Amino acid sequence: MKFTLSWLKEHLDTNATVDEIAETLTRIGLEVEEVSNPAASLKGFVTARVEECGMHPDSDHLHLLSVNDGKQTLQVVCGAPNVKKGLIGVFAPVGTLIPCYNETLKVGKIRGIESFGMLCSEKELGIGEDHSGIIELPADTQIGLNAADVLNFDPVFDISITPNRAECLGVRGIARDLAAAGIGSLKALNIPNNNSNFKSPIKVKVEDFKACPTYVGRYIRNVNNKAETPKWMKDRLAAVGLRSISPLVDITNYVNIDMARPLHVFDADKLVGDICIRMAQDGEKFVSLEDKEYSLDTQSLGICDNDGIQCLGGIMGGASKGCSADTTNVFLESALFAPECIARTGRKFQIDSDSRYRYERWVDPKSNITGSEYATKLILEICGGEASELEIAGDENCQERVAYIRPSRMKDFAGIEVSKEKIVEILNNLGFKTSDEGDKIKAVSPSWRGDIEGEHDLVEEIVRMIGLDNIPAVSLPCDMFPKQTLTPSQRRTVTVKHELADRGMLETVTWSFTDSKMAKDFRRSQDVVLVCNPIAADMDEMRPSLLPNLLSAVRNNVARGYADVAIFEVGPEFYGRKPAEQTLVAAGVRSGMTAKKHWLEEVRPYDVFDAKADALAAIAAANGPFDSAQISTDAPAYYHPGRSGAFRLGKNVIAYFGEIHPLILKKFGIKQRVVAFEVYLDNIPLPRTTAGKGKKKLELSQFQPVDKDLAFVLDKSVPAAEVLAAAKTADRENITDVRIFDLYEGENLPEGKKSLALSITFQPKEATYSDQDIETLMQKVIVAVGKKCNAVLRS
Amino acid sequence: MEDLQSIKAELSGLISKAQDGKALEEARVAILGKKGRITDMMKALGALPVEQKKEMGKSLNILKTEIEAELEAKKAEIETKELNARLASEMIDVTLPIRQEKQGRIHPVSKIYEEVTAIFGQMGFEVADGPDIEDQFHNFNALNTPANHPARQMQDTFYVTNPESDNFDDSYVVRTQTSAVQVRTMEKKQPPIRIIAPGRTYRSDYDATHTPMFHQVEGLVIDKHTTMAHLKGCLYDFIKAFFELDEIPVRYRPSYFPFTEPSAEMDIGCLKSKTELKIGAGNDWLEILGCGMVHPNVLKACGVDPDEYQGFAFGLGLDRLAMLKYGIPDLRDFFASDVRWMKHYGFVPLDEASMTGGLSNNGGAAR
Repeated sequence: MKFTLSWLKEHLDTNATVDEIAETLTRIGLEVEEVSNPAASLKGFVTARVEECGMHPDSDHLHLLSVNDGKQTLQVVCGAPNVKKGLIGVFAPVGTLIPCYNETLKVGKIRGIESFGMLCSEKELGIGEDHSGIIELPADTQIGLNAADVLNFDPVFDISITPNRAECLGVRGIARDLAAAGIGSLKALNIPNNNSNFKSPIKVKVEDFKACPTYVGRYIRNVNNKAETPKWMKDRLAAVGLRSISPLVDITNYVNIDMARPLHVFDADKLVGDICIRMAQDGEKFVSLEDKEYSLDTQSLGICDNDGIQCLGGIMGGASKGCSADTTNVFLESALFAPECIARTGRKFQIDSDSRYRYERWVDPKSNITGSEYATKLILEICGGEASELEIAGDENCQERVAYIRPSRMKDFAGIEVSKEKIVEILNNLGFKTSDEGDKIKAVSPSWRGDIEGEHDLVEEIVRMIGLDNIPAVSLPCDMFPKQTLTPSQRRTVTVKHELADRGMLETVTWSFTDSKMAKDFRRSQDVVLVCNPIAADMDEMRPSLLPNLLSAVRNNVARGYADVAIFEVGPEFYGRKPAEQTLVAAGVRSGMTAKKHWLEEVRPYDVFDAKADALAAIAAANGPFDSAQISTDAPAYYHPGRSGAFRLGKNVIAYFGEIHPLILKKFGIKQRVVAFEVYLDNIPLPRTTAGKGKKKLELSQFQPVDKDLAFVLDKSVPAAEVLAAAKTADRENITDVRIFDLYEGENLPEGKKSLALSITFQPKEATYSDQDIETLMQKVIVAVGKKCNAVLRS
Repeated sequence: MEDLQSIKAELSGLISKAQDGKALEEARVAILGKKGRITDMMKALGALPVEQKKEMGKSLNILKTEIEAELEAKKAEIETKELNARLASEMIDVTLPIRQEKQGRIHPVSKIYEEVTAIFGQMGFEVADGPDIEDQFHNFNALNTPANHPARQMQDTFYVTNPESDNFDDSYVVRTQTSAVQVRTMEKKQPPIRIIAPGRTYRSDYDATHTPMFHQVEGLVIDKHTTMAHLKGCLYDFIKAFFELDEIPVRYRPSYFPFTEPSAEMDIGCLKSKTELKIGAGNDWLEILGCGMVHPNVLKACGVDPDEYQGFAFGLGLDRLAMLKYGIPDLRDFFASDVRWMKHYGFVPLDEASMTGGLSNNGGAAR
């Protein structure tokens, strides 16, 4: 909402400065976005007269002047073509900051002659574009005055109006609020009754008073729409960003901003028959003044003549019955429309207008007649003509809206004591009618306030006026030992992030949205969660997996020349459209080399065991069964079928890991291998909180452990995990650890066979092993692995 | 017997000639071995007369002790020499670089989450979560924002269709604020309530300070006695703790949110220049959060009696806090997964925020 200082002063009697007004506006909830006040940068500029004007001896276009700035006469060199003796202009003495150049003026020497100041153009002052010559002020202008005072700027305020303060979408409402805040006094509205002695030939009928409670029409004949809009009105409209179109349009715009009162003017000669306000028929056509055709529905309110809908009530006028330069008879509409109806229609057909903006918030229901009279007065003044009697449908007298406030609530709710008298004074200043009802005050809302429902709203009005900054700040009373802030599940999410970062991965956060074209290969659920109104075509699905976004990130980083990538994200994936059909996932990708070429070590590309390690680390960080989860090789199809796996706990998958399928990489435009993991944190059971915190007792053996190696030959298809399990369980008492230290496939082995070498740790408990003991234990392993894995000892 | 003096000189010469351990051992065997010179002389003692034997024995023992000491000294000398030689040969250029270690990073949003939860935790808040996809009741209606409310259009909402209904009013929304978690919390438990709800939020907007997804933390305090004075105290305490400053100028402006009344926005004092933004000093104001006393309609919608309970709510952007505290210029970069950005603006994994150990810079230097 923009307005100028002079416009405000039309309604507000005040001596306050621009800064005081701006500061007050923000303090009372009308936040100032910007005040543009060119005067503020014109410090030091004064009015001055050219006393003498001769030519510069060394130039054919420069003049040598004597300039009188009211205090002294100075020598000035000037190049402006319009300079002449007797001209009164805006003078910048030495030391003035010139806004256009943002430089302070110094004594100049132009072709050998010193110049002690400058006469300025509009451009140099930063107040206009004109640089063809210096400013010429009226000949009777006194010299030595502040230029800012003489140039008569009208500072422009731009404030943001919250949806509850619709009355401040009019300058008068803002003036009223400022007056209540003590920044001046509100001027009385002086609006005459413009009735002449004829009745409107166009009658008004309202079919739906719920949607249109009041409609005030007026016929004005013999107007001249070719008249010039007065300069003061044009200037104000221009200052708030509205171009002058014609006096009739300018007047409706002006009243709209002045009083927050939308109006519409029809060319009465184009209307056929009377005006009827009714709901549209299904599919009924309406062509807006922007020449767009709409097919309306039965909940859209139309202002109609016999030809059909000519105006989408309160939202936008039509193309065919509007005013033109030749218009001579007009029908002026000042009406009230139900906010819900306006909002629904405006939203459905996506039409934004100043009128809709005001109606869907609140338009003073008692402003139909005053609005019409005000506009009539301006039309008669500017365009001439004769006004009919008002043609009124419906009743302006709206229902009284009452709220109560207990003065005690100021202390108990707002935290600041305010006396009953002060409360009454503030409410009265804001236009409420108050009455004392003992322990509470009854407040009847003024018609322009649609937002006051109850005590909390009145408290806000008081708080606004006494100033939020006057409420004391009191720390919340707190327990000395508050409860744990994070739930166990939130806490472990933090731990997982730190663990993955500790493993050298960079944490990223990617959109919850993803590209459905890319995501479709990653869906594991039937329900596809598409966004109805995505912000971009490639952000149209709530991600079914974190991997598509992470793979895009790999591609983008590789494209930037950073081919070695190790990144992870912890966030939701979505498996259904309903609330809570989402699960928390820790996912990561690695691609490229583990490190750059190095003098001390061999570097290698990331492989599936890096991803597996990440998955296990995340599971462990989440307190999950990293050493006992069942591993299988049935990861989803977006993984490499031969280089991927799954960890399960019972039926629940707790992680997938593996290389990404080459076809997927191709789709993403990635030319290097990528390994990835996804850990489903919600599927990992939380530790039991009831369990004791004590650790199991440490049992130490006094006898040294013994490591022995065994190599087996077996089918390639037998998973190593089975061999490890078979070896470990061969003698649970004595075997504490089994490791695989070699895998061999190839020459010297039969076709389809591999060799696995195990290193087994035996831990004696009662006594040191004899050779015979060790032999027996190793036999147990040989037998167990041989039987369970169809393996033979390698000779 | 030969002259012991000349024998000693001879044997000493033998020892001092030895250049390494092996030569020294040969010398030792030649002197003290089974057939060594001194051993031989000891053996020869038996043939001497008693008087002479005694005197000679004594002299021989002195000789032996002296020679042994010389051997010992020579041994030490050789060992030192050999060790020095080994050390000299083992010299490495330690200015060569170490093996490469990868240090990851925690995203600024996660860091701020930890800082914010640490501070509010100290004030007795618990952290609540809620779904990213919400029904319109929880996202709007219960928050006093009915269907035709202008505020509903202020937030450009993403919609997801309802699998069970074609009616647009039954569509789900991708939550526009984490305030929905307020509603879910109050539905589940009666006051007293003190929660914060950090999480992803979504609005259809995209420029340097708006992204279609961002992070908010919502706060809610409901009990019988909490006033706007507590709201101001709580937020002031938070802001000071968060920016790790003893004093910060703050101001409150009345504002409007459908779910609070009175509503306010909080600004903090700062110094804005082209090159930097300094929090806590200067003459400029920076909007930091929105807040207010919970609207009675919200309490009612959540089954809490507004005549008995009251309290406040606030909402602030985690990403915005990160930008302000850590001087990160563009919000869009938060979600761009550029490894250079993550490495630069991310935090080392050991840097965990706490109220006892400090909020930031506790993890050591970034490598």
